[in-house]
Amino acid sequence: MATTETFIGQPVLRKEDPELLTGHASYIDNWTMPGMLWMALARPPYVHATIDGIDTTEAASMPGVVGVYTAADFELGPLPFVWPITEEIKVPVHYPLASDKVRFNGDAVAVVLAETREQALDAAEAVAVTASELPAVIDIEEAAKDEVIVHDDLGTNVVVHWSHGGGGDQSVFDSAPVIVQERYAQPRLIPNAIEPRGCLAYGVPPVDEWTLVTATQIPHIAKVTLAGTTGIDEHKLRVIAPDVGGGFGSKLNVYAEEALALALARRLRRPVKWIEGRRENYVATTHGRGVVHDCTLAGTEDGRILGMKFVELADMGAYYQLLTPGIPELGGWVYMGPYDPKAYWFEFKGVVTNTTPTDAYRGAGRPEATYVIERLVDSFARRIGKDPADVRRMNLHPPHEDAQTSIMGLNIDSANYEPLLDKALGLVEYDKLRADQRDRRERGDRTQLGIGLSTYIEMCGLAPSNILGALRYAAGGWDGATIECLPSGHVIVKTGTSPHGQSHETAWAQIVADGLGVSPDEITVLHGDTHSTPLGMDTYGSRSVAVGGVALHFAVEKIKAKARTIAAHELEVAEDDLEWGDGAFRVKGAPDTAKTIPELAVSAWHAHALPEGVEPHLSATAVYDPPNFTWPAGAHVCVVEVDTETGATEIVRYVAVDDCGTIINPMIVEGQVHGGVAQGVAEALYEEALYDESGNLTTSTMTQYLIPSATEIPMMTTDHSQETPSTTNPLGVKGIGEAGTIAAPPAVVNAVIDAVSHLGVTAIEKPASPERVWRAIQEAKGGAA
Amino acid sequence: MIPAAFEYERVDSVDAAIAALQADDGAKLLAGGHSLLPQMKLRFAMPTKLIDIGRLHDLAYVREDDGGVAIGALTRYHDLEASEELRQLVPIVASVAGQVGDPQVRHMGTIGGSVAHADPAGDMPSVLLALGATFVATGPGGMREIAAADMFPGLFQSAVASDEVLTEIRVPKTPGGWSYQKFTRRAQDWAVVGVAAVRMNGGANVSLTNMGLTPMRAAGVEEALAGGADPATAAERADEGSAPPSDSFGSDEYRRALSKVLVRRALEEALA
Amino acid sequence: MTNVSVTVNGAMRDADVEPRTLLVYFLRESLGLTGTNVGCDTSSCGSCTVLLDGESVKSCTLLAAQADGRELRTIEGMAEGDQLHPLQESFRLNHGLQCGYCTPGMIMAAASYLKENPSPSEDDVRLALEGNLCRCTGYQNIVKSILDAAGSMAGAEA
Repeated sequence: MATTETFIGQPVLRKEDPELLTGHASYIDNWTMPGMLWMALARPPYVHATIDGIDTTEAASMPGVVGVYTAADFELGPLPFVWPITEEIKVPVHYPLASDKVRFNGDAVAVVLAETREQALDAAEAVAVTASELPAVIDIEEAAKDEVIVHDDLGTNVVVHWSHGGGGDQSVFDSAPVIVQERYAQPRLIPNAIEPRGCLAYGVPPVDEWTLVTATQIPHIAKVTLAGTTGIDEHKLRVIAPDVGGGFGSKLNVYAEEALALALARRLRRPVKWIEGRRENYVATTHGRGVVHDCTLAGTEDGRILGMKFVELADMGAYYQLLTPGIPELGGWVYMGPYDPKAYWFEFKGVVTNTTPTDAYRGAGRPEATYVIERLVDSFARRIGKDPADVRRMNLHPPHEDAQTSIMGLNIDSANYEPLLDKALGLVEYDKLRADQRDRRERGDRTQLGIGLSTYIEMCGLAPSNILGALRYAAGGWDGATIECLPSGHVIVKTGTSPHGQSHETAWAQIVADGLGVSPDEITVLHGDTHSTPLGMDTYGSRSVAVGGVALHFAVEKIKAKARTIAAHELEVAEDDLEWGDGAFRVKGAPDTAKTIPELAVSAWHAHALPEGVEPHLSATAVYDPPNFTWPAGAHVCVVEVDTETGATEIVRYVAVDDCGTIINPMIVEGQVHGGVAQGVAEALYEEALYDESGNLTTSTMTQYLIPSATEIPMMTTDHSQETPSTTNPLGVKGIGEAGTIAAPPAVVNAVIDAVSHLGVTAIEKPASPERVWRAIQEAKGGAA
Repeated sequence: MIPAAFEYERVDSVDAAIAALQADDGAKLLAGGHSLLPQMKLRFAMPTKLIDIGRLHDLAYVREDDGGVAIGALTRYHDLEASEELRQLVPIVASVAGQVGDPQVRHMGTIGGSVAHADPAGDMPSVLLALGATFVATGPGGMREIAAADMFPGLFQSAVASDEVLTEIRVPKTPGGWSYQKFTRRAQDWAVVGVAAVRMNGGANVSLTNMGLTPMRAAGVEEALAGGADPATAAERADEGSAPPSDSFGSDEYRRALSKVLVRRALEEALA
Repeated sequence: MTNVSVTVNGAMRDADVEPRTLLVYFLRESLGLTGTNVGCDTSSCGSCTVLLDGESVKSCTLLAAQADGRELRTIEGMAEGDQLHPLQESFRLNHGLQCGYCTPGMIMAAASYLKENPSPSEDDVRLALEGNLCRCTGYQNIVKSILDAAGSMAGAEA
């Protein structure tokens, strides 16, 4: 049905919800097939060890076991690694199963197939591995000393060095009136999508065609790369991402289990299913962060930032996964934040350790950068005795509506930062809070108030393919969209993005609805299946709306161009005499003479009287390669109360003001901010992966790794009334999926430090646990701690 | 994560449970299962047999008794929390029952299961210790009483023998001043440190959660109070005799400092 | 093997299972009720929450045998035909879910809680959800959904 209503900017309820709410979702563990075998992996209890032998006899003799396989039983290629960021980078070869050495707690050496889940798990436990333990290296600074080498063939643990190369006059870092130097450590985080990973491989053996259903963010990239690893012809491999229960970067990867399930299904000609346990997830699915920064800010006594310089050490883990060293590089373009320094420097070294590989985790490089920038700016403000809000305001980059080249060399699409800061300070009632804080300090209250700020920018819409090429990333950054207008009036949208909670079915329907003058109810969005939606680059890096969403716009334009030709023909007017308005092509001056898209879809379908040269069927495909990134921005303020006796922190207010360009659905935007901020709060106060002295993960379940619940996460005030359109794309959209996670950690940690700064505390690391806060207070007091 | 295989028997009487325990050395009792099953899923515990006593509804009660209150060992946290009688007569038990785990755990977990598990980080063992509870164990030779001071001999050990069933817990009426200070990272977590304080016999009993291998009385604090010290002064002795763990939730040093703060706050509240 | 017979969402169901079978796998694999999810394995995340005799429990920390002879309700039993349960409707209206994986557990936990406390405060609801983890929503719209549902359920009964 045609409609004159418009939907972009409206809080349209989600099309995804009915199945999810009633228990009828298609998550991977809900899939089962006749004849299906269960796969389980043997992960011996070593951190770093030479494998002397793997005895599978007992496991193979257990009930229900169909086979036990080690690396020697496969002819599999290495797992994909697609971002060799420098020419000199040293790349450890990473096979799906380890055969020479166990290199981290969780490295798998054998795989079991059995008739039931329980039988497979029991047998995996019975695989006997004899190994000679080696000293393990967990800490990145220790690893950089090369006393213990993780990959003998590489000869060093320092596997990559990437330098941005700098911008502006570097002498300010020596000569500026104020030089602030700080070192910040950011622990490893475990992504913790609530749905663990899992996959099911099955096929049609006579024609050697294989399908992998997998809990992934990237079915398209998985298809291309798994064809390489498994040797299955790319056109005979189909990858389906069903409903996926969250990703946050941890499912932006191609994993050993996916390759093994495919290889074994093909070998045994039976479906093979694997579902990850949570403890397994903690060691076998990528981690995030794990970096140390040496930071320098050059400034003036009155608060002007002259230069910002960062030298980073980044933990790669034991191997690269899909993108590993690319993550810090991605952050390498935002170290000026929303400010306007005249000098810029960033470089990092990647170091391998005996730990689970790191890779993208919500924000991917940009939270790491924003955290150190915002900590450093607060430190600068403390040093010169100025209010951190004033220092930020003084240094924000001036607004611009058109794209401008930034100090780091890329073009920022549009910017208007100061009103965001003002809005946030107003919403939180900043001056009142500072007065309350003064009163509490004067009274010496047990519970002190802290106010933390974070003004940020992020780089979204990954990415212009030519820039990716220049950065040595193996793939492009385009995305595809196909729109088919069926004669029934229904519209099918095929997108190359692959959502896992981000509401693409709804938002994409809104974009197409406005473009074609049909109701979102009449639009079905297909995604995540390389057969039905073959053109795509998937979902990560806040790219979906800014690339995939914009591809829809161009497909709509193609549909409309064709429809206009047909409409003009049917209405017997020139195409120029038609204008698009209120959901139809209308004759100028006679707007009631009109043709809607559903009407024209019927004409195109029966094709009885199409104008010459026009093909039947109203459909179009667009592949969009963005000419630039998009650059959202915002200002967050966190208010905490800190118990100075116990060190416990409670967040009492949180204000998030975000400008993500044109908003498609404000309800969804708000939800993305809520979730992102919660993850940022988690990072700031609760979460860190910890290892014992031997390198075993001690935070190995959700009882020790502290994901906050509703009782720990505050009610948030959000504002997204400022929509500065992106100049990168015609929709003006920028992206919002990671903003909260980028902005929140420094806002929270700055607040905690601010609460106790009058006691002499100047630094507390993430997560600002009660003990860390307590210890900082004791040290400031000159106490025993 | 799935437990290793085991046999399962549901019993309909305490006697049947005792007989089943005697018949199999590797057998364990299953009440609510919320201490045992998580251990079994991680394969830290691999009993050969589970004897399900969860349907012994006769062992789920709260009743006034001999100047005290008797609590059936199979009474769930949720029922303790909701018991009007308990809230009047021994409010610390009702209140702390409502702080254990989360609502789902409290719908299954039982007071007896928690006591038998004897986790030094468990809230209820520590509270019962402060109350000077009496524990009733039933075995092949009949019933016997175990004093609170003897109940927790070691890490994850209770004084209930391997062929006995914990059947009842008796606590004194303590409607007066009390406090439980539970310091957690997240609401659902075990206490990093917990402190129970109950005004009794003209003084205060104080016990500590997660400050050693077993739940323990804060003897130094009690002694100081008996000697006339004020709460702040007495609290300085909170960690005397303790041996707190160092783990990802807090170091030994931090727990000691925390225990002093929490004891002071508990005393201030209980003695107010 | 042990026979487990339960009433699920009003229907009698039974199956023979190994004694070690957890209730959640009995529901998912023996009975085909896959709406109840497994998230953590350590009774931390609450994704597997179902109602046992009307009260919320974590079905990953119960043996199927413990539920024998008792009444269960899962997310599949909440809607009546096409009519969503007020909690489901409220989650939809308030964008109380994103990836949806924790959602069945959240709804079942809330259903149990609202029976105990039909008119909770925001803090009450947050505390009632202490055993349910969500990684997408930051909980804000979940809390709002439950508060709104409490209102509409109270209104419906008045």
